[in-house]
Amino acid sequence: MTSDEIRSLLLQLISDIAPEADPSSVADDADIREAFDLDSMDFANLVVAIHKRTGVNIPEVDYRKLFTIGGAIAYVEKALGQPDSGG
Amino acid sequence: MSDFKMPALGADMEAGTLVEWHVKQGDRVKSGDVIAVVETQKGAIEVEVFVEGVVSNILVPVGARVPVGTVLARIDGAAGETAQPAAAAARSTTPQVVAAPIPVARPTIATGARLKITPVARRRAAALNIDVTTLRGTGAEGAIRLADVEAAARALPASAPSIRRGVDLSEMRKAIAAAMSRSKREIPHYYLSETVDLHAALTWLENFNRDREPLARILPAVLFLKAAALALRAQPKLNGFYESGAFVPMSEIHIGWAVALRGGGLVAPAIRDTDKKSLADLMSSMRDLVERARRGGLRASELTSPTMTVTSVGDRGAETVTGIIYPPQVAIVGFGRIVTRPFVVEEGIAPRPLVTVSLAADHRVTDGHLGGLYLAEVARLLQEPEKL
Repeated sequence: MTSDEIRSLLLQLISDIAPEADPSSVADDADIREAFDLDSMDFANLVVAIHKRTGVNIPEVDYRKLFTIGGAIAYVEKALGQPDSGG
Repeated sequence: MSDFKMPALGADMEAGTLVEWHVKQGDRVKSGDVIAVVETQKGAIEVEVFVEGVVSNILVPVGARVPVGTVLARIDGAAGETAQPAAAAARSTTPQVVAAPIPVARPTIATGARLKITPVARRRAAALNIDVTTLRGTGAEGAIRLADVEAAARALPASAPSIRRGVDLSEMRKAIAAAMSRSKREIPHYYLSETVDLHAALTWLENFNRDREPLARILPAVLFLKAAALALRAQPKLNGFYESGAFVPMSEIHIGWAVALRGGGLVAPAIRDTDKKSLADLMSSMRDLVERARRGGLRASELTSPTMTVTSVGDRGAETVTGIIYPPQVAIVGFGRIVTRPFVVEEGIAPRPLVTVSLAADHRVTDGHLGGLYLAEVARLLQEPEKL
């Protein structure tokens, strides 16, 4: 997956969890828990959805690395073994 | 013959709007089947029937707003039984429409089918008089979203504007205001709190979750929920209702789990037999309740059966939460945000994850001594997470 594909997927997954939100309006460095009003269950569900869609199993100790869109993209990209975005 | 009535889904609910029938005259139903959807100040609620029989008469049309207790339908072949549990039953009245029904031609859904639709989409569909069962959802697991309703609306020929008013968050706020005002007016609350060291619980949980896939992991809130439920076994006077000037103890423990809704509002549907469920089952139940509370699909029995409420503010909440009892319950337990603080331990002072557990209880039923024993039991249980 490219960086853009991962971004698109993440925004879709967040939108599924928080349908009233507009993920496209959130900066990459914003805390998604604040931006989308995600509670612990929402975040857990996001991790489950990422695992389901990409196969990336994120351990709890790494959850904080996904608190921003940018961090989540970088994490998933690295986990998929694609350090270069490829556009 | 038994009557299927508009249930009372809250301490101050006076009326509801029948928005969907899942059955038609002549359909056979069994206990637990969802046969109607009712719009209330707390959103769209699925209403189950608790008898077996045949729907002999549907008395209230879709779109009608009727008082609590109104007979909505009659079920034949269920002599001597009530169609709903006592908690949901209300005074019986003859059908009396308090808002003009809107004639809606719609097919019925197969009995027991559950429609996934976001509350905002349901309200918009109701406002546009669109039959939601004809829509194709593009959301998660086929859930119907607002965009699906708007797309369907664009495909329809222009028609007269609907006079029906959907439920909104301001209505829910009114319902909360009414219930909480009544609680503060009528219930002499007393408040207690206890700081609990979660070192053992969180260490155990970390190990439990470490080798599990995300879907199988559990949240700290699940430990709180189970401990709160088990502690009621030791102090059963906190589990039940205050009705007609007396405490009515309940033998079963059905904890109402407070769920915050997006944009505001709160519901606390029950997780039945909370004390008997495994942690994994509780996590599944919690996940399911949160999803249905926010997307629509809560059931009437879930709103009428809680015997005590638990609220946990999570990692973005305040350190302490002191709840207001939801009548006719007699207690509410609150768990604040987990914080790391210096804490005195055997070997001196160490950083420890702490949580403040609060109890608000009805002084007509119990005193602070019993409440303190309850909180002590919650604290004790959280020191032995492997036994939860």
